[in-house]
Amino acid sequence: MAYARDLAEVRLLIASRKRWDYVFALLGLGALMVAVLTLTALFVDLAIDGIPRLSLDFLTSFPSRRPERAGILSAWVGTSLVMLVTAFFAVPLGVGAGLYLEEYAPKNWVTDVIEINITNLAGVPSIVYGLLALGLFVYQFGLGESILAAGLTLALLVLPVVIVATREAVRAIPQGIREGAYALGGTQWQVCRDHIIPYSLPGILTGVIIAMARAIGETAPVITIGALTFIAFLPPSPVGPEFPWLSFDWLWSPFTVMPIQMFNWTSRPEAAFHANAAAAGFILIVMTLAMNGLAIWLRYRLRKKIRW
Amino acid sequence: MTALSVASVVENRPAAVPQAVPKAEAKGLSFYYGDFRALKNLDLVVHEHRVTALIGPSGCGKSTFLRCFNRMHDLYPGNRYEGEIRLYPDNTNLLSSEVDPIEVRMRLSMVFQKPNPFPKSIFENVAYGLRVRGERSRRTLADKVEQALRSAALWNEVKDRLHEPAFNLSGGQQQRLCIARALATDPEMLLFDEPTSALDPIATASIEELISELKSRVTILIVTHNMQQAARVSDYTAYMYLGELIEFGPTDELFIKPKRKETEDYITGRFG
Repeated sequence: MAYARDLAEVRLLIASRKRWDYVFALLGLGALMVAVLTLTALFVDLAIDGIPRLSLDFLTSFPSRRPERAGILSAWVGTSLVMLVTAFFAVPLGVGAGLYLEEYAPKNWVTDVIEINITNLAGVPSIVYGLLALGLFVYQFGLGESILAAGLTLALLVLPVVIVATREAVRAIPQGIREGAYALGGTQWQVCRDHIIPYSLPGILTGVIIAMARAIGETAPVITIGALTFIAFLPPSPVGPEFPWLSFDWLWSPFTVMPIQMFNWTSRPEAAFHANAAAAGFILIVMTLAMNGLAIWLRYRLRKKIRW
Repeated sequence: MTALSVASVVENRPAAVPQAVPKAEAKGLSFYYGDFRALKNLDLVVHEHRVTALIGPSGCGKSTFLRCFNRMHDLYPGNRYEGEIRLYPDNTNLLSSEVDPIEVRMRLSMVFQKPNPFPKSIFENVAYGLRVRGERSRRTLADKVEQALRSAALWNEVKDRLHEPAFNLSGGQQQRLCIARALATDPEMLLFDEPTSALDPIATASIEELISELKSRVTILIVTHNMQQAARVSDYTAYMYLGELIEFGPTDELFIKPKRKETEDYITGRFG
């Protein structure tokens, strides 16, 4: 106690310094509440408006001119199929690129430039991806305003997220594990296949699901490539009664997705349609939360098996 | 520690059998991390079926030297070797750019400072080196895994739970598992990089005992920061300082009557 003359003085000093702890804790709590309460209020408001409209009919009906008969069948089927295409392209490409960058790529300035640009790509506004896709996929490749074009667009959009998640998961593996595997005479691919990929899987899966949760709510790029706002039929079924039982005609089908259906309903003047929009929004949020929940659960389950 | 205590450890140990044949030899070995010259012109003979210890203060380059033997430095960019390490009897230069580091690592196994079992089962950990070599037969794998675990004095502790995750084992058991993993592929040399620095004294004693048993089967090169350990387990000792090999000789001689003043200062605790 070099500076304090007696104990009372020390206690006073501590008390006055600790005041700032309380002040900062309160400020932080306030900031947190602004964020949490706003989101909760939004969600509750949506739920109050939308839940009365929810029913099985709402999920199994096509959109209609009469709000009480309108449903989101074509929207959720469209969203599911687009997500399927997105995952099919984004996951192998993103994981492959991430693995290559972390494990294979030589560490030089070219790799550095690529790395920086991938991070930048994650920040490019989604409408820009929409424009690119309109020119490239829709016209140049002649894919048209199809589920395939939309899936590819969203895959491109979330690719950086998957790459970054993969790299972070790979980087979290201790160097000792890598060295141990190489010291036994493993080749790069053996080390990747037997160690790097399995151990980074929980992180990769989480990243993929979060990327999908981002893609599911995207509206702008999907509108840009020409998704329909009113569609009263379903894409051809992917499974058929005849050989080869699988059909890919649905890839070329016109479609709509949940956020577009919502947007369409909110832009109508009738209040009853706004309730429909709220209901669709509620379902969309539940879908997103469910995906995030799945990500958390998967990570928890898989991480239990991996420890170092 | 006094010179006397180390000397008594040395004297209570059975003397090394004479007439050792060289198994590996570093000739004019230098190593560079980028521009930094971490090893300076080292010459050292590792004798077959003997334990050779590398001692010296932190940062003297002993681990760097050890990791040259299995080309671990090749995993990182900017590293460069100069000179050669010959492996006998075939006289292969392990550092030659024409020799694939994977070939080198298939002949020499390594045990690391911190136990680094893979997050897989005990069985899969030991079997991995064999799997890498393309071994598929369940029978062979099971036999080799058992053999290796017995050699590493771990079999009795784990035989009933081979398929449990390796991280359930204690630190000392994990390190013995890593030794079993390194032994399963019948290496010509076993490289130990401070294998007991993360372990308690009891686990350390069991690993040291193991090292003494293993030398009848395999040539051992061990890095240790613990001088008593070097005195206890090794037949030859090399003292390194600032990337140079100061003195190398039979452990008894080096500890009892070192030829160089620097070595004496280090082993008597006046320095380091």
